[in-house]
Amino acid sequence: MAVLTIKDLHVSVEGKEILKGVNLEIKGGEFHAIMGPNGTGKSTLSAAIMGHPKYEVTKGSITLDGQNVLEMEVDERARAGLFLAMQYPSEISGVTNADFLRAAINARRGEGNEISLMKFIRQLDEKMAFLEMNPDMAHRYLNEGFSGGEKKRNEILQLMMLQPKIAILDEIDSGLDIDALKIVAKGVNEMRSNDFGCLIITHYQRLLNYITPDYVHVMMQGRIVKSGGPELAQRLEAEGYDWIKKELGIEDEVVEQEA
Amino acid sequence: MIETKLPFDQQYVRSFSTERNEPDWLLNVRLQALAKAEELPLPKPDKTKIDQWNFTQFTNHVVESAPLSSLEELPEAVKALINLNEEQKNLYVQRDNTPAYLSLSEDLKAKGIIFTDIFTAVREHSDLVKKYFMDGVKVDEHRLAALHAALFNGGVFVYVPKHVQVDVPLQAVYVHERAEALFNHVIIVADEGSKVTYVENYISTCETANSVVNIVAEVFANDNAHVFFGAVDSLAKGVTTYVNRRGITGRHGRIEWALGLMNDGNTVSENITRLIGDGSYGDTKTVVVGRGEQIQNFTTSVIHYGKHTEGYILKHGVVKDKATSIFNGIGKIEHGASKSNAEQESRVLMLSPHARGDANPILLIDEDDVTAGHAASVGRVDPNQLYYLMSRGIPKEEAERLIIHGFLAPVVNEIPIESVQKQLIEVIERKVK
Repeated sequence: MAVLTIKDLHVSVEGKEILKGVNLEIKGGEFHAIMGPNGTGKSTLSAAIMGHPKYEVTKGSITLDGQNVLEMEVDERARAGLFLAMQYPSEISGVTNADFLRAAINARRGEGNEISLMKFIRQLDEKMAFLEMNPDMAHRYLNEGFSGGEKKRNEILQLMMLQPKIAILDEIDSGLDIDALKIVAKGVNEMRSNDFGCLIITHYQRLLNYITPDYVHVMMQGRIVKSGGPELAQRLEAEGYDWIKKELGIEDEVVEQEA
Repeated sequence: MIETKLPFDQQYVRSFSTERNEPDWLLNVRLQALAKAEELPLPKPDKTKIDQWNFTQFTNHVVESAPLSSLEELPEAVKALINLNEEQKNLYVQRDNTPAYLSLSEDLKAKGIIFTDIFTAVREHSDLVKKYFMDGVKVDEHRLAALHAALFNGGVFVYVPKHVQVDVPLQAVYVHERAEALFNHVIIVADEGSKVTYVENYISTCETANSVVNIVAEVFANDNAHVFFGAVDSLAKGVTTYVNRRGITGRHGRIEWALGLMNDGNTVSENITRLIGDGSYGDTKTVVVGRGEQIQNFTTSVIHYGKHTEGYILKHGVVKDKATSIFNGIGKIEHGASKSNAEQESRVLMLSPHARGDANPILLIDEDDVTAGHAASVGRVDPNQLYYLMSRGIPKEEAERLIIHGFLAPVVNEIPIESVQKQLIEVIERKVK
């Protein structure tokens, strides 16, 4: 069973400290949600876990099954079992979705152990059908000209094809209509097993109506300030964040620039 | 200082032509061209100084090679270009200056299609060749055009009769084995209402220290004719290449080019499409890779003379190491070519800090009632794209490779013969590694 452990994580972007000591542990089989107002460091946390070069870890540790994640390159982190569904996936012209996915799968499997083309196509067809994606999308260039909803669905397709141990979903619900949201949630729920842990980052409780988290954390000013069960998300939806700020004596302050 | 005196004289040209039983008109063209070659200046590709390049000095003008009794004799790299299993091949193979293999299907022969080496064409179809030879590219344009006409020593002639549509591609493979000088002349004529696809490969199987290659291809799409011209050039490092591919369209004629320019030596490439007939169409897609210390200049031009003509230029180039690649794109609309449209796009991807890439889009418009547009960029691999691919487990090198292939795909995908497309991908792979 996989365990992602984050201890006292401090992260800076261009010299400015955004995360100021985050502690979190995600185990296989667990779904965690991180909620919080805009600009409190949620996306910074996901980028730091995946290793975006712009984000500098100044203190603390991240380990996956005891291995030091911070010493790994971005691709090594992915091959170790981490996955980040991005808020703004890149568009890559001239590279088809299918070719990209096969390259990603084979990078995990290693030389001499490549997936057979037939097996790959079968899996791809199956997952795309499950996510109600147009079969053409396999042969379109990666994310190029995809609508916002198509991009998010494509992120979940990658999640399902790559079968990571721990996934971080960064605002996978933003810009989705309710039908698309349900399909995305269906994909994530399909992944649920003891071998899969998930960290869901969202502004809104709405997504959590369809993906029930085991734990809910509230992030403010670069720290996790409150944790609880799914009922915490419901209270936030009903009452907003002010009661927490009051409870903890927090003044409004934005620590993270919106990307 | 480079030697400017030409190594071959009138006497030599006369005997070379006579040995091949060339008609008088051709001998005269050669002799007049030789005289002009001594007077005319070199071409002046914009932003590249070529006066120290060797285009004219070599000791042997021709080498004799044996014809092939079987395609199996070809080196593996050349065999890979050819679909050996195909029964009815439409294929010409030239070893240096020697026509080595020719196959044209019975079906195409019956339709009156001519597909033969240039020497045979000159003897057997003298009037046809005379009509088109050095008509697209003029002898007096500059020294290299004149020298070409005087000394051409290889090539192919294609003629598609009126209203004949050829659905299968004609393929020519020019194998550079040991020649010091290849002056290859290609003529493609698609007569009224006809259609043809021609794909050529220039491939070196040797690392010659110093060779001179001077190529002229003249492509004629007469009224309502449609020519698709594909090429992959992969000549070795020691080869200095001048290649001039010229297209001329009649009324509603169409010429589409897909050019993979992958030479490893210094290269001047000129690709001009002259849209003469009203309603004609020219489309040029080019990919190039520069590596090592090679210097390359690629000028692509579409010139609009006819009304309602459309011209498109798309060039994607990758430059690495200390290579220099200059991309000149020229859309020119002459006075009277009303309702025409000239579009061009040039993109250069730089893979090393010492590489030099330059994209110069030029629009020259002499008519009011037209539309035109251009886009050009020189940039590096986008770090966000790299991060995205790597976040899926793809190692950095492989991620870069995917991005580069994707960048070149718009042209690579246009190459109509699968084996040639595969070769282009492999050459790109080798060059960008």
